Amino acid sequence: MKLLDLDFVPLPGALKAYRASADAAGLMAFAQAVKESGGRFVALWGSDERDLKRGFTLHVAFGIEQGLALLELTLAAEAPEYPDLSEIFPAANRLQRATYDLLGVKARGADSRPWLRHANWPADFFPLRRDADASRQFPPGNEDYEFVRVEGDGVHEIPVGPIHAGIIEPGHFRFSIVGEKVLRLEQRLGWTHKGIEKRFEGLTLQHGARLAGRVSGDSTVAYSWAYCLAAESLGNTVVPARALFLRALFLERERIANHLGDLGYLGNDAALAFGFSQFSRLKEDWLRLSGALFGHRFMMDAIVPGGVACDLPAGGAEKMLAQCDGLESEVHLLKNIYDEHAGLQDRFLTTGRLAPELATLLSIGGLAGRASSQAWDLRTQNPVPPYDRLETQIVIQRNGDVAARVAARFEEIFESLRLIRLLLKDMPAGELAATLAPATEGSSAIGWIEGWRGDVLVSLTAGRDGAIRRCHCQDPSWLAWPALEHAIMGNIVPDFPLINKSFNLSYSGADL
Amino acid sequence: MYQLLKQIVKTGIKTEAPPMPDEGLRVTAQRLEKAMLDKLGRALAIRHIDAGSCNGCELEIHALSNPYYNIEALGIKFTASPKHADLLLVTGPVAKNMEFALQRAYDCTPAPKLVVAVGDCGCNGGIFGESYASCGRVANVIPVDVAVPGCPPTPQALMVGILTAISGK
Ligand code: SF4
Repeated sequence: MKLLDLDFVPLPGALKAYRASADAAGLMAFAQAVKESGGRFVALWGSDERDLKRGFTLHVAFGIEQGLALLELTLAAEAPEYPDLSEIFPAANRLQRATYDLLGVKARGADSRPWLRHANWPADFFPLRRDADASRQFPPGNEDYEFVRVEGDGVHEIPVGPIHAGIIEPGHFRFSIVGEKVLRLEQRLGWTHKGIEKRFEGLTLQHGARLAGRVSGDSTVAYSWAYCLAAESLGNTVVPARALFLRALFLERERIANHLGDLGYLGNDAALAFGFSQFSRLKEDWLRLSGALFGHRFMMDAIVPGGVACDLPAGGAEKMLAQCDGLESEVHLLKNIYDEHAGLQDRFLTTGRLAPELATLLSIGGLAGRASSQAWDLRTQNPVPPYDRLETQIVIQRNGDVAARVAARFEEIFESLRLIRLLLKDMPAGELAATLAPATEGSSAIGWIEGWRGDVLVSLTAGRDGAIRRCHCQDPSWLAWPALEHAIMGNIVPDFPLINKSFNLSYSGADL
Repeated sequence: MYQLLKQIVKTGIKTEAPPMPDEGLRVTAQRLEKAMLDKLGRALAIRHIDAGSCNGCELEIHALSNPYYNIEALGIKFTASPKHADLLLVTGPVAKNMEFALQRAYDCTPAPKLVVAVGDCGCNGGIFGESYASCGRVANVIPVDVAVPGCPPTPQALMVGILTAISGK
């Protein structure tokens, strides 16, 4: 495939994904063309290839009509630099900074404030360099981060976090406000950085699945599937059909579980405790059945390289179908209550609006993107089996406010219930797993799965003797966090918890 | 409104009986006197601190507030500040970037500051271990009374851990 003078070769596996080498000018021209043709920036990461005498490589992934376009740019071994992509796609900003913190390759002229490095390791220590000793521990430092200041009459700042007031992950939010109104929010994340990408190095391809399933616990199924998809594509492992159906079943159950939880908390944050008690009850019932059928409430480690680790037990389909029917009627009833509750709607409507044009500019996908008119859903656009035969209906909302994100969750629950019934009806018999085929050293592949929050991308490169050379996991939250900074502008501080919850982004997933 | 009330009545009371404490989870011998434990047993304030978890443990801590476990009915509530807390419930391997914040939260907590470390990560660093970015288990940073294994521990196991921390004499 030739696009803009770049020669793309298909990557192995079921995804529509293509790779090309580019020089700096070619990369920028391609990025510009993607933007102009309505495509999306998806991911950015780097790798150290100096041991192969190839300096460093910058990898940039875009979502285009044909699928995933992966561009690779070779960088010098000494003082590696590349052009600043955030000029075209602002969403590249944090990823570029994180890539510098981990690998020491720099976006020329870009925002150079640290992102994942909080002065707890020295500025000249780059953990993802192959010669960096990851076991080294450094004395904790005290960071002085340069927040952008808002000046003006009556403007003051509220710093929040890293430890938040509720049961949430840590992050720091700096609000600049006048009275109650938020002029600006700046996030400082990276607190839960625990060295995941370095940890992958040296694990076997087989074992990496467990770690991938713990990048963001609430999306464990999406991550382990994306990882396994990449691992299986490396050596062309053929996964049994039954395993693929079970994977989709797990993924849709994960989606419903998270949407139920969020709908409860969204009611709660708008002062309807009834919503919390009802939805959290439904979620608990849902998790209990997952636990009873598959041995784990969140189905962690249920997807393994080559297939799945557990089968649907006898009588399981009937139990699941009965639960789907019960849940569907209860959620319909609760949706009516939410829709007709004036107090709730007053809090939801027009609050935390992310306008569609802004959503496009920020490259946001996933649930929050779809609630702002961004029609991206891998289950319809780049479906891996069994999604290629399910005809998933994409859920789009146009208003981009809290109400739209609530409505999208309701609709996605109903669609996932439909998919679960379909999967159970057509579930093929057969094996649960194949042996993972060996991968050639240096080969790489991509896994890309639509989790409940958005698209989870895993890029995997094989090392020697079945080990992992490099694994990059990209959470949809990377691109959605900046959108939250915009969605809060002009709203009042007390609405922040509600707006934040309506996005419900992962800290761990993006902190790595 | 009618629908809402009808749903409440239809749902009824779902709360289940709480589990019993388990001495096997104790890391440090019970430091508190019986009189104190009796008080905490009726009104315990917990501050949750995510020191670097994958957020899986948080899902189960959230579940403690659902109608089945209904932890508030036992007089246990989550508080917004370590200054109001009797017990810290700490998840994750302690990320290097959270080491200082965790230490500070611990310092701010009034004595007797019970600490329950949550999950395989909190107990031993879990799959993330110790590295340039991770201090490993919670006990590497602050003293721990009770450690609850599991990945993540079930809500039931979390309740056992919390109840163990406030029982034993
Ligand atoms: S114990 Fe498991 S669920 Fe809890 S933080 Fe660690 S990896 Fe996540």
